[in-house]
Amino acid sequence: MAEKEIMFNQAMEQLEEIVRQLEQGDVPLEEALTLYQKGMELSKVCHDKLQNAEKQLVTMMKDGKEVSVDIETDGTAK
Amino acid sequence: MATDPYLSVKALTKYIKKKFDADPHLRDVYVKGELSNVKIHTSGHIYFTLKDNSARLPAVMFSANARTVKFKPESGMTVLIRGDVTVYEASGQYQLYAQSMQADGIGDYYLAFEQLKEKLAAEGLFNAVHKKPFPRFPRKIAVVTAPTGAAVRDICITLHRRYPLAKIVIYPTLVQGAQAVQSIVQSIQAANKSDYDVMIVGRGGGSIEDLWAFNEEAVARAIFQSRIPVISAVGHETDTTIADFVADLRAATPTAAAELAVPSKAELLERLLSYQTAMYRMASNTITKDKTALNRVTSSMPFAYPDRLYRPFIERVERATDSLQREVIQNYRRSRERHANIEKQLASRSPINSIKQSSVDLEHLQKRLDGLISQSLKNRSQQLSSAMRTLDALSPLKIMDRGYTIAYKGSQVVKSVAQIEEGEKLTIAMKDGSLSATVTERNAF
Repeated sequence: MAEKEIMFNQAMEQLEEIVRQLEQGDVPLEEALTLYQKGMELSKVCHDKLQNAEKQLVTMMKDGKEVSVDIETDGTAK
Repeated sequence: MATDPYLSVKALTKYIKKKFDADPHLRDVYVKGELSNVKIHTSGHIYFTLKDNSARLPAVMFSANARTVKFKPESGMTVLIRGDVTVYEASGQYQLYAQSMQADGIGDYYLAFEQLKEKLAAEGLFNAVHKKPFPRFPRKIAVVTAPTGAAVRDICITLHRRYPLAKIVIYPTLVQGAQAVQSIVQSIQAANKSDYDVMIVGRGGGSIEDLWAFNEEAVARAIFQSRIPVISAVGHETDTTIADFVADLRAATPTAAAELAVPSKAELLERLLSYQTAMYRMASNTITKDKTALNRVTSSMPFAYPDRLYRPFIERVERATDSLQREVIQNYRRSRERHANIEKQLASRSPINSIKQSSVDLEHLQKRLDGLISQSLKNRSQQLSSAMRTLDALSPLKIMDRGYTIAYKGSQVVKSVAQIEEGEKLTIAMKDGSLSATVTERNAF
């Protein structure tokens, strides 16, 4: 999370790769701990992204431009 | 020319045409018949003959009207046509100008649907090999549907509930009416200019006419050509459209499409939890495994009896030290011996010895020399004395004492008379001097 923000799908794929690697069970201790730590971080990132997702970005194409939309009411562009 | 009784063909034909056109029974005629000689021109006009058991009627349907026909007219079909009958002056034929055409018996829509389905299936548009995979975690979703109404709301609300991370872009689209096909095709193509992960194309429920745009070939082809994987969601569970067949994934309803498009947040959170548990367990296992291994190692022989590890080395060192010492001492001894030898040799070769020897020799020699000299002197003096005695005994003086003389001729002793001639002078030596004499006579014995 330090450098540039990781996308959810990247974080999830990395996390699953880490789980896969750990499942193979032949990872050296240091690497296993590093992987575990990294996995937990990624898991937290994914978790936070899912839980704290702000209002979903919904836009509508109007004359080739994206216009904000409020979907809570009737999906009409404002 | 007004008196000329002959009409031109053109004038007569015009008259006939007027007659036809003025007859209300030939206006907006409803006629039922079988299609034959159907020719669809590239312009879109359809030329055909409408016939029954005993009559034939040439007919034409211009492209503007032909476009409204849901199905593809084929020879042998029984159709219901509404149109005008009028004269085509150029060929002197009366023709039925069809404005609409419907299939008799089975519905137009059904017929058209089956025809297009068959055609596109034959082309392979529905083949599984063309179905594109969907990304598990879409970031951008294009929604091609009407901008208002239940469908777009259901899609957006479901997407938001399940997976709020994806960005949704709605492409406002006409989903029914004359402009629908073009509008749907345009929206699909416009969305394909951006990098969407998924596209939902659809609309809410309605009559077959309402849904019809999704059974049109142009829409099917646009869906097929889309780079973005398409989920179709047209109407309700029971509605099946050509768009459904050609889409990469078919959803029963717009809500279902949204569910297919994105993973569920709740499931993901659950999965994250299970990943965490699994990672913790696996990391613990690794630690435990390594601990066990460590214990096994620490309780192993080298750790339990570390001296065994270095004892042989100590022995080796000691042995090596011993032999080194021995070696050094021997070396020293050997060197010393060699040194002594060399010293001896050196000493033995020292000039002091030879000087001593020489001086000894010299002394010795001197002694011998002295001895010899004195011996020899003694001998000589003895010899001398004896010689002197002999000499003395033999001395002519002694003889002369007794009266002997020695006659010389010059310095020569005269021992024989033969040496002397008469008249020669002689010196006669005597004990106490000499006499000169002249020989007067020689007498030999």
